[in-house]
Amino acid sequence: MSPVETVIQLRSIAKHYTMGGEGFYALQGIDLDIYLNDYMAVVGSSGSGKSTLMNLLGCLDYPTDGQYHLKGMAVASLDENRLADIRNREIGFIFQNFNLLPRASALQNVMQPLIYRGSPLAERKRRAEDALAMVGLQDRMHHVPNQLSGGQRQRVAIARALVTQPAILLADEPTGNLDSSTTVEIMALFDQLHDDGQTLIIVTHELDIADRCRRVITLKDGRLISDVANSATVISHAKGVGAHG
Amino acid sequence: MANLGFKIIEATRSASQSIAAHGLRSFLTTLGVIIGVASVIGVVSVVQGFSASITQEFDGMGTNVINIESYTPRKASLQGLYATLGYDDMIEIKHRVKGISNVTPTVSICGSNAVISYRGESTDTMVVGSASTYQKLYAVYPEAGRFFNLSDDKSRRRVAVLGPSIITKVNIQGDPIGQYISISGEWFKIIGIAEKRGKLFGFDQDDFILLPYSTTRALLGGAEEPDISIGLQVDDMQMIEQIKQQLKNVLRRNHNLGKDAADDFKIATANQMLETFNQIIGSTTVVLAGIVGISLLVGGIGIMNIMLVSVTERTREIGIHKALGATRFDILLQFLIEAVFLCLLGGLIGLVLGFGAGSLISSATGLPEATVPLWAVFLAFGFSAGTGLIFGIVPAFKAANLDPIDALRYE
Repeated sequence: MSPVETVIQLRSIAKHYTMGGEGFYALQGIDLDIYLNDYMAVVGSSGSGKSTLMNLLGCLDYPTDGQYHLKGMAVASLDENRLADIRNREIGFIFQNFNLLPRASALQNVMQPLIYRGSPLAERKRRAEDALAMVGLQDRMHHVPNQLSGGQRQRVAIARALVTQPAILLADEPTGNLDSSTTVEIMALFDQLHDDGQTLIIVTHELDIADRCRRVITLKDGRLISDVANSATVISHAKGVGAHG
Repeated sequence: MANLGFKIIEATRSASQSIAAHGLRSFLTTLGVIIGVASVIGVVSVVQGFSASITQEFDGMGTNVINIESYTPRKASLQGLYATLGYDDMIEIKHRVKGISNVTPTVSICGSNAVISYRGESTDTMVVGSASTYQKLYAVYPEAGRFFNLSDDKSRRRVAVLGPSIITKVNIQGDPIGQYISISGEWFKIIGIAEKRGKLFGFDQDDFILLPYSTTRALLGGAEEPDISIGLQVDDMQMIEQIKQQLKNVLRRNHNLGKDAADDFKIATANQMLETFNQIIGSTTVVLAGIVGISLLVGGIGIMNIMLVSVTERTREIGIHKALGATRFDILLQFLIEAVFLCLLGGLIGLVLGFGAGSLISSATGLPEATVPLWAVFLAFGFSAGTGLIFGIVPAFKAANLDPIDALRYE
């Protein structure tokens, strides 16, 4: 068996905040490895540090302490511009409230991240059209977000996250604003992406969402308290190495 | 930064979309710049048109013309002592100063305006008595008929050369040449009509009547010799300073002025008049520049204000851009270009409006045709862009420095 590629490696990660003169750790002593094609859920009650972990993984924030390697790069020591570049190339964000650009069409939304890596217009267009076709929105490319349903908006967001072919897809409560049938659709799309080899990290507080993932880590008071593989369709490599808990 | 061009193109594309998306607001935002640029371009176009026509006027007059007028200092005029130039001064100049020609006396009748009438139509106009050399000196050539000549002057013939406006003013029917017109109650035969010269400063240059000097002198009658002005032409421009000095010496001697007495006359060259005029235009331009400065300052503050509001309004959008990989510089550029773009748009609209207003004013008031010099166009755009840069930088930095996490969470 070939060695499993580690996409993300966190070692003794801590994030300290000071609020109103009182300091507290939002994250403390996090050790975590995320592997290629992982399909991981991050669960925990509110205030457990899920969002902080998301922000760190997404290179939107620096840890106070510890090492973060993304595809072998020591991210914590990079400057802001390099971090922006990494967000652009390696991270695909999916948000609970979609976070589409309101005045831009679906196509323009999906083209946007490619601007920051300097792709010419024709290439941007071609890749964005491909990405939208992949999420089944080839007929809605020129609609602006408020002409689209919630599920369609989230598909646009997913297309936008995928268009850069990122190392990881980071979804923060991706179905939080969707009804149950749309939730099923979106989760099916995630399953599909996983089958295609994408690495996915989904932050959620809904257990049935977490259940669909192959690996579930649980946070509590800023600490990692469990890291288990979901039995059903565990991918062989994720089993032995991935579990810390 | 190899891809700066690419970034600028993309930021411009995005800025134009954003400006178009908020059409009315964008327009109101740039209104300060629009009004500023429009008013300046309007005034500049009128002043420039003006200046061009005046310069042309002076060129037509010839730079080698010297005018001499009497000059009474204020103190003397308060005492009722008025300096005069007389016909003998002219004779003296003619005989003593070498290198000049077309020495021409000019005298106004009845102050400046006299009543004229023709078949019951009455009006007033400027009546000037002068010599036959007047036409050469001031380039007033007859369109029809002839100018008066030496013999008209010598025998005090009652003949008149009319400015073309007089014909319409008193409604002369048929060929005016050979008809008679009454000036201050005396009858004169019309022998010539001068070429049309148009308006200057809104002042009709064709509203005059020229009479032979001696005729005018007789008409004025009286013992008191009239105050004349003397025009003459310098044959060799190289000699102009020497000739001015000679003129001065002759007149001082003729006026019996003591060593310490000030000149009671003024010698002006066309060049000097042109210079004076250019100075006036120059200082007008400086005042205008001040107005531009103020209006662009006000416009700029308006733009900064709206851009700051826009940054706050688009906080979440900025967060999204940052999450998608936009750097600080990308965001900075985006907002800066939006501000510059808005200002340039305002500048363009202002330019068009200003030129329109200038043309309208010119045609409505009979001023020379408005012209916008190229430098004014570049200046307008330069200042507009500068305003955008200066007042856009604060909002742009505010946007660029937003923390992506806070921005994404912003409601």
